[in-house]
Amino acid sequence: MIVRIATEGQYRLADDVVERVNALDNEAVAAVEAGDEARFTDLFGQILSLIRAEGAPLPEDELHGSDVIVPPPDTSFEEARHEFSGDGLIPD
Amino acid sequence: MAGLTGRFSTVVKAKISKLLDRAEDPSETLEYSYQKQMELLQNVKKGLADVVTAKKRLQLQSQKLEQQVVKLDTQARQALAAGNEELARTALERKSAVQNELQGLDTQVAELEGQQQSMIDNQAKLQSKIEAFRSKKEVIKAQYSAAEAQVRIGEAATGVGEEMADVGLAMQRALDKTENMRARAQAVDELEKAGAFEDLTQLGGGEDDIDRQLKELSSGTQVDSELEKMKAELAAGGGTSAGELGSGDAPAPGGGPAGGESA
Repeated sequence: MIVRIATEGQYRLADDVVERVNALDNEAVAAVEAGDEARFTDLFGQILSLIRAEGAPLPEDELHGSDVIVPPPDTSFEEARHEFSGDGLIPD
Repeated sequence: MAGLTGRFSTVVKAKISKLLDRAEDPSETLEYSYQKQMELLQNVKKGLADVVTAKKRLQLQSQKLEQQVVKLDTQARQALAAGNEELARTALERKSAVQNELQGLDTQVAELEGQQQSMIDNQAKLQSKIEAFRSKKEVIKAQYSAAEAQVRIGEAATGVGEEMADVGLAMQRALDKTENMRARAQAVDELEKAGAFEDLTQLGGGEDDIDRQLKELSSGTQVDSELEKMKAELAAGGGTSAGELGSGDAPAPGGGPAGGESA
C-alpha cells in the first residue's frame, strides 16, 4: 500500500504495518474526540515514526497516487479537531 | 481507513481531482503541470523572500533583547551596589524573562530556516515527478493501445497531481507560519514604538514603581555611581555585599562591559 505523509513524501508499506497504522489512527481519533491533546500528540508521533521506520520511500521518478494520505507532521491538535468538524487542513 | 488519515485522504483526493479536471485529457496534464509548476515556482520565490525577511526581523529583535539583557544585568549590579537587593532581584527576574523570550526567538529563527529548506526540497521533488511523467507518457503511448494508454497516463497524472497538491499544501503551511511569526514580530515592534518595550521585560511581574526606581538609578548614575562606588569602597571594611560588588566589578556608567563580565 502506498501512503503519503503530507508535505513530506510517499512510502510503500506492508499490509501488517498498514494495520498497525490504522489501529493507531483510530486511537488518535478517539484522543481528539476526548479532547486529550497530549495523547493525540503522542499517537500522531507514533504513526509518523512507524511509517518512516517501516515504509520504503517511493523513488522520485515513480508516479503513483497514494492509497492513504496522512496529515502533515506539523498538524496541531486544533487542526486535527477542525479536520473532524469539516473545515479541513487544506485551504481552497 | 476511516480515521484522521482516511478523512484527510478524502479531502486531498477531492482536491487532486479538481486540480486534474482542469486538464481535459490526461496527456494534457504535462502541459498543465508545467504551467502549475511555474506558478508554484513564483510562489516559492516570493515565499522564500518572505521567510528571509521574517527571519531578519526576528534576528534584529533578538539583538535588541540581547542588549536588554546586558542593560538589566547592569541595573541589577547597580541596584545591588546601592544596597537595594530587592530591586536587584527584580532586575534579574526581568533579565531571565527576556532571556526566555530570546530563546523563543531563536527557536523561531531555526524553524524558519527549516521551512526555507523544505520549500526548496519540495520544489525539487515536484520537478523530478514532472520529468518522470514526461518520459513515462512517451513510453506508454508507444507501448499501449490508445484506450489503455489513456488509462495509464491518467494514473501517472494522478501521481503528479498529488505531488502538486502536496507542494501547494507545504507552501501554504510554510507561508502561514511565516505570517504568524511576522505578526508576532510586528506586535513586538509596536510595543516598542509605543514606548512599552520595557513592559515586555516585565513578564517577571514588576511594578511601575520599580521600573521608575530602576530608571532613576541608572540615569542618576553618571555622578551617583561614582559616589556609590566610593561609598562602597569606604564601606568595604564593613563586609557588606554592596561593598564586595562595588570594589570588585562596579559597572562603568555606560554599562556595556558589565554584561560581558557576568556572561
